[in-house]
Amino acid sequence: MSVTVETPVEPDTVRPGVVRDTVTIFLREFQLVLRDPFSLIFSLLQPLVFLGLFAPLLAGSLSSDQVGGESPLTWFLPGVVVMIALFGTGSTGANLLYELMTGSYERVLATPVSRPAILVGRALKELAPLVVQAVLVTLAALPFGVTFSPVGVAVGLAILGVFGVGLGALSYALGLASRDREWLFWGVQQTLIFPLLILSGMMLPLESGPGWMQAAATVNPLTYVVEAERAAFTGALTDPAIRHGAIAAALTCAVGLVVGVRAVLRSAG
Amino acid sequence: MILTEDLRRTFRRRGAAVEAVRGISLRVERGELVAVLGPNGAGKSTLLRMLTTLLRPTAGTARVAGVDVVADPAGVRQRIGYVGQGNAGGHHHRVLDELVTQGALYGRTRAEARRRAGELMEALELRGLERRTVASLSGGQRRRMDVAIGLVHRPGLLFLDEPTTGMDPQARANLWEHITRLRHETDTTVVLTTHYLDEADAVAERIVVVDHGEVIADAGSAALRARHAEDRIELEVDEPGTVAGLVDGTVAGSRVELRLADGARVLPGLLARLERAGVTVHAAHLHEASLDDVFLALTGRSLREEGAAA
Repeated sequence: MSVTVETPVEPDTVRPGVVRDTVTIFLREFQLVLRDPFSLIFSLLQPLVFLGLFAPLLAGSLSSDQVGGESPLTWFLPGVVVMIALFGTGSTGANLLYELMTGSYERVLATPVSRPAILVGRALKELAPLVVQAVLVTLAALPFGVTFSPVGVAVGLAILGVFGVGLGALSYALGLASRDREWLFWGVQQTLIFPLLILSGMMLPLESGPGWMQAAATVNPLTYVVEAERAAFTGALTDPAIRHGAIAAALTCAVGLVVGVRAVLRSAG
Repeated sequence: MILTEDLRRTFRRRGAAVEAVRGISLRVERGELVAVLGPNGAGKSTLLRMLTTLLRPTAGTARVAGVDVVADPAGVRQRIGYVGQGNAGGHHHRVLDELVTQGALYGRTRAEARRRAGELMEALELRGLERRTVASLSGGQRRRMDVAIGLVHRPGLLFLDEPTTGMDPQARANLWEHITRLRHETDTTVVLTTHYLDEADAVAERIVVVDHGEVIADAGSAALRARHAEDRIELEVDEPGTVAGLVDGTVAGSRVELRLADGARVLPGLLARLERAGVTVHAAHLHEASLDDVFLALTGRSLREEGAAA
């Protein structure tokens, strides 16, 4: 059989590139929030609920010397913001589970969209409300006599955003691995997220904990991100904690994207 | 438009290798409408998923729209439209939003994407559903939306994986009307899979019969039937024994049965001959060979039964 090699058909399309693809995926997900703003209202209430319920307890249970001489609230609130980011981006993969069952994930894969853009776009959607939430926390803290630095908060959010994209990509990979087994996603996610959270000193200081917990915290990237947020929110931008947090976030992001993109490529054969 | 050579895909299921596609070589020219027909599990979807870059071939090569599926999957994706077995739209997304998003994924500006979405909503009778969520659409509407999504970027080659499975007959007919019209207007090459015999027969000019991961026949419906199956004529007469000898048939109960090609053309002459011979024919039944007969002749199994069992 003689094989004549056909010249490629001229496509009636342009490759938009990774940035535009990310924006498109982000907007597709964010549309759901815009079309149904109620979900946004609840997610905005979340930090206020934490503030209202924890703040009264903090004064009694945490003394300033336990948290490095600061007001307990100054110590606590950046942790709340990190926690919201953790839970938000950690559930990126959950929103995917449904799309895996219907055909809409496959439909997106059949388009020329850049694979990392699928991961980053979805993670950014989980992070977007965080900006408003952080502003809200900052404002709500004012009556309690706690003032955060706006520039510091912005730096903190940037670090958190990088971390969140990495975590979101990992969550996405987990979602793909749990295809047809939804329980697996939540089982693994919950099993990992709480140790990660507690061993980062996010909610309770680890200084009073046993040595093994402190040792575990030093290998938990989230510890560095939490420390960086605390330094950033108070405006201590030259604190080495910020640099360490940024490195931890960048590493998490890199690992997340590598694992995530591999999972996407594998899911497409 | 499509050229595959010895395309294979093996899956690992609990340690055992399952060969879903076992060496398919296929050539599809521009403008063809090809139906890939076969029972469930024959390898139709696996073949389609390899051609649309959703699955990597284990071996063999495939060039789709002139681009190699392994070397440049993104290049293939740019040039094809794909309507999978599932629904393309996110359940909570709105119809218009999803069509515009799809355009953006192919690099269209928002304005262009919106204009194209409007055209497709019109063409596929989706007008008025712009702000509805995908979850609220009927099965037929959802499938038409899937086709609209597959056509957003005006692909020269459209793949449809079991586009009408589970639809009621009216919605099926309606969808085919749209697909055949779009094809005539735009000269799109269409490759579809189906396990509905009547559908393959009615819409496709060329039928590729797949069974156990291999192509077992590839021709137009009429040619397939002429080659692999026979028409049957049954005559109700008074003395079947005598008449059978006259017309080279066999006795089947009170009837005479003839197996032959092109029964419809033979029948009038046959009746005239019998009349001249003084035989009164009370009734003549013509059973034209169906694609199921073709499948039965090729595999020893009936596709209709397989479809019902699945």
